Amino acid sequence: MLGFLANISLGSVSIPIDDVFKSIFGNCDNESWQYIIQYSRLPKAFTAILVGSGLGISGLLMQTLFRNPLAGPFVLGISSGASLGVAIVILGSGLFGGIFATLLISKWSIVIAASLGSFLVLLAVLLVSSKVRDTMAILIIGLMFGSITAAIVSVLSYFSSAEQLQQYIFWGFGSLGNLSWSDLLIFFGIYSTGILLTIFSIKALNTFLLGENYAKSLGLNIKQSRLIIILATSLLAGTITAFAGPIAFIGLAIPHMTRQIFNTSNHKILLPAVFLFGAIVMLICDSIAQLPTSDYTLPINAITSLIGAPVVVWLLVRQRKMVF
Amino acid sequence: MTENSKHTILKTNNLSIGYQSKKNTSVIAENINLELKQGELIGLVGANGIGKSTLLRTLSNIQQPLHGDIKLNGKSISSYSGLELAKTMSLVLTEQLMSKNLSVFELVALGRQPYTNWVGNLTETDLSVINTTIQQTNLSELKHRKCYELSDGQLQKVMIARAFAQDTNLIILDEPTTHLDMYHKAYILKLLQQLAHDTNKTILFSSHEIDLAIQLCDSMIVMTNQGVISNSPCHLIEQGIFETLFPKDLIGFDQNTGSFRVKK
Repeated sequence: MLGFLANISLGSVSIPIDDVFKSIFGNCDNESWQYIIQYSRLPKAFTAILVGSGLGISGLLMQTLFRNPLAGPFVLGISSGASLGVAIVILGSGLFGGIFATLLISKWSIVIAASLGSFLVLLAVLLVSSKVRDTMAILIIGLMFGSITAAIVSVLSYFSSAEQLQQYIFWGFGSLGNLSWSDLLIFFGIYSTGILLTIFSIKALNTFLLGENYAKSLGLNIKQSRLIIILATSLLAGTITAFAGPIAFIGLAIPHMTRQIFNTSNHKILLPAVFLFGAIVMLICDSIAQLPTSDYTLPINAITSLIGAPVVVWLLVRQRKMVF
Repeated sequence: MTENSKHTILKTNNLSIGYQSKKNTSVIAENINLELKQGELIGLVGANGIGKSTLLRTLSNIQQPLHGDIKLNGKSISSYSGLELAKTMSLVLTEQLMSKNLSVFELVALGRQPYTNWVGNLTETDLSVINTTIQQTNLSELKHRKCYELSDGQLQKVMIARAFAQDTNLIILDEPTTHLDMYHKAYILKLLQQLAHDTNKTILFSSHEIDLAIQLCDSMIVMTNQGVISNSPCHLIEQGIFETLFPKDLIGFDQNTGSFRVKK
């Protein structure tokens, strides 16, 4: 809550805190301030909450499913799929040329391309994973799909102009500020579905803590639970990448921070805690990225790593032991 | 109650076990006819690589039999659903836990998963089963400790408690005494014997502790190259089965003490 307030109070235009409150409830005297709060900072803060909590939760899901502390929301190739979609639109647009090119590089085409890209890569991973018994194999398959898409992106960038490359790189920085209220509604819809699937998987996630053979001996339908968990992750990570770009690090770090602080592996506690932590950290990172009262906005992707990495290192060193 | 009137929990009929691939079939053991009775402690012994794990994997439905069938409570094991099987048979495996950051209580509580609702909430019944199990396995003092703080022997007890909390007729343990010192080996097997007799559950375990198994088991299954034989330990000694377990060049079985001796 505090993070939320801090986030909407800080920005390139400095607005006094009591006017921030007035603006939220729509009775501020200064109309431009009210506009900034209602149409820019509020949706951005909500986006930050959804992105932070969504990435944290999908990271937690992947780490538990793959029994691997290095797993994150993007191990299944979701972000690389999205990158490929966006790369084809931005970098490949030169090939179509003319008016068609400018039409392609609108905001929605990028969102659609990112969604389509991550969906297709995910579909491929799901198809393969339904044939594979070993969960670890799925992890490797996801990484392989990531490599393939990264390679295609490199080939595309080799044939692109500097301008197109810059645009692609800017997308890669990630951004929370591009969403209107109506975008946010669509985002929230898909996000909720992902969260709902996750809540239904809590029991399965706890069973997975014993390892797959034990989980099976406890009557868990491994393939079905695995599918639901992967689906939830892709819905969360996929939409986030589509709307806010490939935001790194949060998904990997938040579950670790939460485990260190709460010292538990029980998902009934971890899930709400990760949700909260993800949202708070994202709000803080975004507030810093705004560089309050200055005209610049730093790329959010850089801030999450700059802030987050030292925190994780500090936690691990302080506790001298990794909790997993 | 006489021996014969005891209820049979698991019965195999002409069972063949092994691995099947597209090209060839490798048979590990065939013609296995076993009968596990209620409330008995049964030890499975045999040399390394003879197929103890394969047999246990087949009996616990992780692996398909090549031939023959397994009847659990009179019903073919392949016709059980995952959840039904989880309420009839529980396992203690050799594989490492993925997360040792669970408390003893939490880990034992996971044994109640087949009975809990969709989010895994524990009811009064679940709690009382868990607490009874923790008492029976002498874990009350460790209840709130984390699993990574425990010794191997303590952890094995917790895993056994988890299987008991699953409240099944049959419990199968794959080498529950490996990595334990002599005292704890005896301790774990004695605990299993006590639990089998007190709770009237059937416990099947594989082990290399033949001497201890002879002293504690109600019945034993011996796997040799000649076949799979099952009987009470005394009968097996009389029949001279243990002599056929290993090559004769290095160790020999002493019928009087019921243990193996190194040949001088």
